[in-house]
Amino acid sequence: MKEFKGRVIVPGTCSAEALVSHGGFNTLASFQMAMMFNKKGVPCGDQNNPDLYGQKMQGKALCLPITIGSTTGGMILYTVLAAGKAPACMLFSESIDSLAASGAIMGDVWTDSCMPVIDRLGDEFLEYVKTGMTVTVKEDGVVEVE
Amino acid sequence: MILTPEQQAMLDGSKGEVMAKIVKTLVMYGDTFGAERMVPVTSEYGHTVISYGLKVLGPVLDVFDEIIDAGLTDGQKFTADPRPLDKNVPSNLLEDLIFKKLMYTDQARYEKQMEKLGILNDDAYTCTCYLDQVGNKPGKGDILSWAESSAVVYANSVLGARCNRNSGMIELFGSVAGFVPEFGFLTDEGRKADWIIEVRCEKKPEAQLLGSAIGMKVMEAVPYVKGLDKWLGTELNDDACAYLKDFGAATASNGAVGLYHIDGLTPEAKELGESLIREGAPVYVIDDAELESVKANYPVIWADKDARPELCFVGCPHLTLKQLCDWTDAIDKKLEVNGLKKVSVPTVFTASPAVIKEFNKTDKANILKRSGVIVSYICALMYMNNPLCKKKAVITCSNKLRTYTSARYYTEDEILNIITSKEAKA
Repeated sequence: MKEFKGRVIVPGTCSAEALVSHGGFNTLASFQMAMMFNKKGVPCGDQNNPDLYGQKMQGKALCLPITIGSTTGGMILYTVLAAGKAPACMLFSESIDSLAASGAIMGDVWTDSCMPVIDRLGDEFLEYVKTGMTVTVKEDGVVEVE
Repeated sequence: MILTPEQQAMLDGSKGEVMAKIVKTLVMYGDTFGAERMVPVTSEYGHTVISYGLKVLGPVLDVFDEIIDAGLTDGQKFTADPRPLDKNVPSNLLEDLIFKKLMYTDQARYEKQMEKLGILNDDAYTCTCYLDQVGNKPGKGDILSWAESSAVVYANSVLGARCNRNSGMIELFGSVAGFVPEFGFLTDEGRKADWIIEVRCEKKPEAQLLGSAIGMKVMEAVPYVKGLDKWLGTELNDDACAYLKDFGAATASNGAVGLYHIDGLTPEAKELGESLIREGAPVYVIDDAELESVKANYPVIWADKDARPELCFVGCPHLTLKQLCDWTDAIDKKLEVNGLKKVSVPTVFTASPAVIKEFNKTDKANILKRSGVIVSYICALMYMNNPLCKKKAVITCSNKLRTYTSARYYTEDEILNIITSKEAKA
């Protein structure tokens, strides 16, 4: 078990199975098809992301560097949160980008969703965590990986 | 963040609960990025990335209803991204059924909301709002509350305006509140270059391919690009602006670039030169082989990789008037050389309604029509979201469209050759 400390963007706690993207997470490309056609488990539709393409994202601890792509990204994330189909948490190794931050904050302010979001967990976090590991997020931004 | 007494009062509910939530969202957004204050939005118009009443976006439209019901409709007027549907674009009965009954079921509701919230006019739906014909062209130093990755990167880089890569919804919140948090691209420090890009190609690099390579390398950082002057010159004329429009869209969609500087060409690079570059910025050298390698690595997700193209989209982002004219000339010439009267692949060129109106006043409109090319105002990406359209063998020279859909990327020359040849071989 290893512990990492990041910055809390949206507070909360959870424990979930890790799903790791080593490249930038394209929010629109990842969510749009699954959301539009109500696909079970919300499989990732981003053909350019070999780590996640086809993997179910709902309820997972999504570990990523940052999000990339269209500025619909935050709005899409908000929609995913409002629909109750979001990952269990989003854990960023780098400083969060403006689109992911927007989506996470709008979800926090405008919906009853509860998806902890932590950033600045460091490169070592993304090197250490592997898809399938168990990730526990604590209120103070501590993330345990085992 | 330190708020003015008026902003604090808004946060505390002086203008109602909905405005308080809007300001709270903007404050949290700013706090995340270390903003110390809000600054007024100074551009004449806003721009929203949301242009479609997609069924799944119900929660977003519900928020718009809250804003309208709260009477918060006297904010900044705005333009919006392209509409998703146009009956002139080829689609079969089943595809139409999915478009209208499953996908864009809330389009009428959405457009009514936009009218109430302040859409500029009925022709204001385009991703290239900054073109002269459309009229939403901010000035250097203007503070914007825009979203649409290709428009934001263009406004920041080519026009010298100041806008963060805002998400859909947040941009409308800024237009409604009249202020945005000051951070990132709104500050001098945030506009400095993190990367040096040295272009050492032998021939003019394809804009959408160069942008893709840079976007994938620098991700969200600011690149300072050297070596394009021999092709683009040092003045922002129509050709240079069109090139940068397409280049920027690729940097923003293949990565997350919100601002770039082109040595000797874009406003801040002209004014400040290499002093814009941060100390120790890494260098990425791009030559023809690097671009070939980037292109060769794009996944092809057609079921039959040798399929004959069924549809071609050109114009993501929307074409400029000059691009429409240049494409018309190129197609006309090539068809004649190849002994054809019409393009051999159903082809759709997309442009803003205002640009199409101007194009239709030229003699080239009839030439293009005779060649069989359809001109439309739609968003090709919204069309491709239809799962049946996704299964079609669609080709494009847009790297943004390639990134988000199953469309297969070819350079502009390759596209021209495919759609004007009898074999139409991809």
